[in-house]
Parts: sequence; C-alpha cells; structure tokens
Amino acid sequence: MNDMTNPATTAAAAPYKMRAGEVSVFYGPKQALNAVSIDIGREDVTAFIGPSGCGKSTFLRCLNRMNDTIPGARVEGRIELDGEDIYASGMDVVQLRARVGMVFQKPNPFPKSIYENIAYGPRIHGLARTKAEMDVIVERSLRRAGLWDEVKDRLADSGTALSGGQQQRLCIARAIAVDPEVILMDEPCSALDPIATAKIEELIDELRGRYAIVIVTHNMQQAARVSQKTAFFHLGTLVEYGDTSDIFTNPRETRTKDYITGRYG
Amino acid sequence: MTSAAATPPAGPTRRPTDWASAEMRARIRRRYRSERLFRLVGLAALVLAASFLAFLLFTIGRNGLTGFERTEVKVTVAFDPAVLNLRPEQLTGPGAEAALGAADFQTVLANGVTNSLGPDGEGMISEGAWLTLRDMLAKRPDLLGMQADVWVPATSVVDQLAKGRLDRAGRTVSADLLLRYDSLERRKLLRTGWNTAFLSVADSTDPELAGVWGALKGSLLTLAVTLSICFPVGVLAAIYLEEYAPRNRWTDIIEVSINNLAAVPSIIFGLLGLAVFLNFMNLPRSAPIVGGLTLALMTMPVIVIAGRVAIKAVPPSIRDGALAVGASPVQVVFHHVLPLALPGILTGTIIGMSRALGETAPLLLIGMRAFVADVPAGVTQPATVLPVQIYLWSDEVARGFVEKTSAAIIVLLMVLLLMNGLAIYLRNKFERRW
Repeated sequence: MNDMTNPATTAAAAPYKMRAGEVSVFYGPKQALNAVSIDIGREDVTAFIGPSGCGKSTFLRCLNRMNDTIPGARVEGRIELDGEDIYASGMDVVQLRARVGMVFQKPNPFPKSIYENIAYGPRIHGLARTKAEMDVIVERSLRRAGLWDEVKDRLADSGTALSGGQQQRLCIARAIAVDPEVILMDEPCSALDPIATAKIEELIDELRGRYAIVIVTHNMQQAARVSQKTAFFHLGTLVEYGDTSDIFTNPRETRTKDYITGRYG
Repeated sequence: MTSAAATPPAGPTRRPTDWASAEMRARIRRRYRSERLFRLVGLAALVLAASFLAFLLFTIGRNGLTGFERTEVKVTVAFDPAVLNLRPEQLTGPGAEAALGAADFQTVLANGVTNSLGPDGEGMISEGAWLTLRDMLAKRPDLLGMQADVWVPATSVVDQLAKGRLDRAGRTVSADLLLRYDSLERRKLLRTGWNTAFLSVADSTDPELAGVWGALKGSLLTLAVTLSICFPVGVLAAIYLEEYAPRNRWTDIIEVSINNLAAVPSIIFGLLGLAVFLNFMNLPRSAPIVGGLTLALMTMPVIVIAGRVAIKAVPPSIRDGALAVGASPVQVVFHHVLPLALPGILTGTIIGMSRALGETAPLLLIGMRAFVADVPAGVTQPATVLPVQIYLWSDEVARGFVEKTSAAIIVLLMVLLLMNGLAIYLRNKFERRW
C-alpha cells in the first residue's frame, strides 16, 4: 500500500485510467487468463479482439469485478482504477461498478418502463433528489445515447418493447446515467443488424473522450473503426497491444497478422 | 481442416432415395395412423377425466344444494313475561344477555305450539327452536308481553319430508307423523327456504341446526396462521438458497432434505405438531394456531421448492444488468429478481395453501376433530376445519347430515375455487415478459 502514489494527485495527470498488471484468472482449476498487463487510456476507445474463448471477455469482466458473481472464479494480479487497487479488501464493489459501467452482449433492459430503466441506477445511488432532477438525468442520458428523439413520447412504455438496437442503446444510456468513468462493452453489437451496429459505433465515437471505453468485439473492422488502441488476445494470453493503426497495418507478431488477415479464428 | 475435406469417407456408394416406392408409402400411412391413434387416445383420456369430474360435481350438487335450505314451521307465540320470568327493564343494559339466557323460552314455545298447531304440532319442532325466540327477543325487546308469528326450524324428519328426500312408504316415517305433516302442509304452516343459519353458526348434534360457519372460520384462521408463517420463511429460504448460499455439501444436504420433506405423508407432520406444539410448547389443544403451525411445517417445503424454481427462471442477464449499474446483491434481489419471480412464487404458495385447506390427517392428531358448537373467535379457541367437519358429518347417523355433508363439500370447493382464481389473477397481474 505504501509504495503506491497518492491517487488524488496522479488521477488528473496520469494518461491511464486503468492499469492491469499480471492479471491471471482461474475458473476452478482451469486457467482462463495468463498474466495479462494492459494500461487503458483515459480518453481512448480500447478494443479487445481475439478468437472465441481467448479470455478477452473474462478480462473485461475483471475490470469491474463482475467475475465475482461466478462461483469458483479467482483473480490474481493487480488492477488499478486511478491508482487504486480495485481488488483491495477495502474496495466497495458496488461503488466500483457505479464508476465502471458495463454493457452486455445481449441487450438486457429491465422489464420496466424506459424511464425506470434509466432512473434505476441514479435512484439507488441517490444522484437525484427531486423528480425534476431525475427527469434531467434521464433526458441527458437518453440524448447522449442517441435515443431521446425515438422514445421521448413513450417513456412509460416497457423497455423490452423496443427493437434490439434501441434496447442496446437504452442499456448504454442506463450505464451512462450513473455517470461512470469507464464504460465496458462486451460485444455490444453481436446481436444487432448492420444499421443498428452503425448507430452504436457512431455513439461510441461520440462518447469517446468523455468516458474511457473498453470494447470487446469479434468484428475486426469494428475494432479498426472505433478504437485508438487494440489488444489481441489468444489462448488466455495477451499477444499484442498497441495503437490500432499499428496493429492492423503493421503487427509485430505473426499470430496477430494471421488473425487479422483471417487465417484462423 | 483442408486435409480432412480432401478425402471422402469410405463406404458403399449411396443410391438416391425413391420417395414414391411402396415401402415409403406404407411408412407414411403408418405415420398418419399412429398420429390419428394418438390424438384419439388423448381425446378419450380427456373425455374420461371430464366425465369423472362432471359425475362428482353432479352428485355433490344433487345431494348438497338442498343442504342450504331448511324447513320452518309457523308458530304463534305469546312472549308472556310471567312464563319467561323476565321484566322489561332486564332486556336493556349489560345484564340483558344473562337474563335472556336464564329465561324459560322452552315453555313459551311449547305453549305456542299447543295453542296454534294443536295436536299436529307434536314432533314437528326442532329441539333447538327456542333459540330462534331468544334471538328474536334480543333483537326486539318490545315484543315482551306481545304475541307474534314466528317461523321456527322444523325437525330433521319434517325437513327431509318437505324436500322429498324421505320415502313416504318407508319404515323411517310413522303413519301418524305423515298425517300430522300433511295437515300442517294443508294449513300452510310449513315453508322451505334459504337457510341463513347454515352459513352463520357452528356444528350441532341436530342436522337442522348445524352450520358450517364455525368450520369455515376455523379453516380461514388456520390458513391465516399457515400463510403468515410459511410464506415469509419459505420465500426467504428460497432466496437465500438460490442467491446467497455457497454450493457445497451442506447446501446439497439441505436441498435433498427439503425435497424429502415435501414428500413426507402429512400425518407425520401431525405427529410432529402433537409432540412439539402440544406436548412440548403446551399450546392450546384443538386451536387454529396449532393447526396453522403444523400445516405451515407441511407447506413450507412446497413454497421453498416453487420459490427456488421461480427464482432460477429469472434470466441471469437481469441480475448482471442490475449489478453493472451498481446495485448491491440485496437490491438486485428485491428490486429485480423477486418481482420477476413473484408470479411463480405466488402460484406455488396458493397450490400449497390449497393443499393445506384440504388437509385432514395432521389436524386429527392435534385435536381439531373435536365437536365444537361455537364459532371460534380467535386463533387460540377450539375450532375445527372444513375437511374435518365433512369427515365428522359423513360419519353421523342422522339422515339430515347427508345433505349437510355435501353442502359443506360445496362450501369447501367454493373456497378452493376462489383461492385458485386468486392465484390466476395474481399471476396474470404480476407476470412480465423479459
């Protein structure tokens, strides 16, 4: 603890929002992730690519400790958020997840109204004192997620009645509503059609800079389009991590090159 | 991959299938035949089940509907203060009930019967008919010293004759009684109508005076105790086992035990209730509180199992979504999982409660089979329950109890129907898609 620099003074200056050092994950006796070290930029969109089962989603779920909910999962190594160890015993997981939001592969709106979907997070964290304040938060979140114009007249309708793409943007709005610092996206477009995918990608581009965004994707064009940094995972190890332009045009490792040219995976 | 695709699998060359061959056509015919056969067998099973149900309902209805009616005899009674041994001022104020209890209504009624019915009145009036006079005077104290026409309950034999349930040529009815009955009938002193007492009083040794309200209220009190204990305990146990408990040998043992408990014969629970609640805890015998506790023990495993199934059916993505916006585990359970699991939990609960409502065996062991002539006022008073009442009445010798038994069954079925209707309503009300 003592060797750590004070997070308050370094937070604003450091270029990295999250730093992972030698992170290994085990599901029971099986090792899913082997000594992964990645620094996640404050204003970047970072993409994780790799074949199925390579550990990229596992690593993503470490960043807000969602792996805690899986019985038998064990995480080794060190992950810092603004210099603070998120696996330290004093860390409050609930607060961590409010600071590091998450969007899942399959849109999972609550079976409640659109308004309630957005208002739920701010309400349990006490972010709005009055109904008017809550209305402001809901509208701002939906606007940022590019959904406001489509749903402003039917906020009382069920969130599950929206189309798949709208549901996913609703989930992004839900994550934004609690004002997180990092947004993790686990293949957010894999269940969507190309038009909805394009909208989500546009949205990611707009959100860049305001939040640190980490996105797991199977779609290499998507990674190339939306991200500034790309990490390539294979068989539970981090093969290569660098600027997206470098990874896609000039990969150092042959495995990376083979994967992005479609040789396997 | 490419090397495997290059070599085709070895074996005889495949000939194209002739879909029009005789063999194929026979196969298709067989398929259609078994399809038709299965549909017919299924329909036959449904018809058989429906006819059993219709037969049951028809029999109960035919036997029981007249149980809600009773025959009354019109008697002109003089409320003579001297015979009653009552002064007008005694009928008001706090001592009124005691005074009425001590008053001699039997003689007043006997005089009334002799005067207004003459010799026809013999053996026509129920032994408990004077109670009608007492209730009447309690309601209208100004009748003291006056004459009034009162419809009082007839004896069970007259009642059964009026409803056509007795064979007039049979040996159970004497020729004398038939003559007197026909005479009263001609004088228009008999009427058969809705029996309000049946739904407002408790058991009696006379079928014409017996009511089902005591047993119904006993059942409701017992179920209230059962529900208030086994619903919260069962649901909390289900939540804990599904959401919090670690998966290890101990939770496995608990799970197996709960599944076994749900299958234990109910009479065992009765013995347990007898040993624990009566002998060890010394709770009052024959009381709804003990019955309710015993039935709660019996129903709890059913609710735990139904609750776990319902909680398990809530998609994990909802939990993930809530956790990801920073909900604590308790918030996830109470804001998201429980509301979605509630329809299933409620359905399981009502099925368990319906079973508890129809349960007889464990209640016999804790003394709820006693003859209770008073409507229970609370959960610690002696009471009986509907199925036990049905059992007791079905054992009675008096013919009048046959229709009372069926009428009580109708009441029980109505309560069951209401509870199941409530279950369907609640399920539809809370059901949400995700």
